[in-house]
Amino acid sequence: MQTLLIFMSAVLVNNFVLNRFLGICPFLGVSKKMETALGMGVAVIFVMALASAVTYLVYNFILVPLDLNYLYNIAFILIIASLVQLVEMFLKKFSPSLYQALGIFLPLITTNCAVLGVTVINMESQYNLVISVVHAVGAAIGFTLAIVLYASIRERIAKNPIPAAFQGFPIALITASLMSIAFLGFSGLIKV
Amino acid sequence: MNAGKIMRNGIFEENPIFIQVIGMCPTLAVTTSATNGVGMGISATIVLICSNIVISLIRRLVPDKVRIPCYIVVISTFVTMIQFLLQAFFPALNNSLGIFIPLIVVNCIILARAEAFASKNSPAAAALDGVAMGLGFTLALLIIGCIRELLGAGSVFGLTLLPSFFPRTIIMILPPGAFLTLGLLMAFLNVMQRRRGVTNAKTNQDPSCDGCAKSAGCADCGQ
Repeated sequence: MQTLLIFMSAVLVNNFVLNRFLGICPFLGVSKKMETALGMGVAVIFVMALASAVTYLVYNFILVPLDLNYLYNIAFILIIASLVQLVEMFLKKFSPSLYQALGIFLPLITTNCAVLGVTVINMESQYNLVISVVHAVGAAIGFTLAIVLYASIRERIAKNPIPAAFQGFPIALITASLMSIAFLGFSGLIKV
Repeated sequence: MNAGKIMRNGIFEENPIFIQVIGMCPTLAVTTSATNGVGMGISATIVLICSNIVISLIRRLVPDKVRIPCYIVVISTFVTMIQFLLQAFFPALNNSLGIFIPLIVVNCIILARAEAFASKNSPAAAALDGVAMGLGFTLALLIIGCIRELLGAGSVFGLTLLPSFFPRTIIMILPPGAFLTLGLLMAFLNVMQRRRGVTNAKTNQDPSCDGCAKSAGCADCGQ
């Protein structure tokens, strides 16, 4: 039950993009088309789940026993960067079709604050391995939900006349604001 | 490049938030009050200056292929140091900035300046660029923080300014207020730039990956 609550709260209540402001760059940058937004979302789900598991193991079985917890930041970012590289090489070799679908998004994810953010949150909340991964998948699904909805709205905005002053970033940010208000409605759903 | 031009570039002409539109996550997240905004701005500025100097010093030693991981290690070293300093001397600020202190590592501004400036210029110029970009970032956070705190809590830097009968718009210090404030500020900026005759302002273009530090590495960017 606790696990389910953490999952739902990561998807809806504490949505990574609209509530915690993690992963704003891809949210604004890769949301022109719905298909690319979906591709980005799936890649993020994959990398965040994997990164959470690996950073949990490294933190609890290497850094903590050696009393090096304060190096977590350097360790995590290097783990994420090398992990993404590894996944990219692995996909290229063994699953070219999946590589074609997700490959272009992978380099984008390395310095994405959502990935580093989820690993740091897992560590600070002292989640165990299973809950860390569940939390990461929930957060990534929340990210995917937000970016896909946002891309579909932006596809429509692009076809409509926007006042000159609001074209580009202003209307994109105001749209995100309205979506964020809608997601505030979930805040009563779960009390964590 | 002379000192005056570097300063002007960082603060106005290439302001990281309003013109280049990078480093959005901390900008939106920590500007619930002016104090938090400035605290974040100064922390990021210190990291930016230090990492710019070190990256400029090692620019001839680092092989091109592994430069990004090298930069990240340099940056995260300074971030860890800043985190300790904040924990020791400004615990309240450290608490309210929370996760966004360790996340300075992935702040696009710092990596972008390492890529675009520090790796090509002398340490002195890189330090000055760090000061200028940091000031530009801090200034942007200060403006957004002041607006949100004034409308949402009726105060600026904790000092109550609005009379008590004036309604407090709580939504301004909640997440939607961040997007709204920045969106309206950019719309305002667009109007100002139009008046000055600048038509191809970056803020007026559709959001994309252009400003991202890594856009050179992944040219297609999924678009």
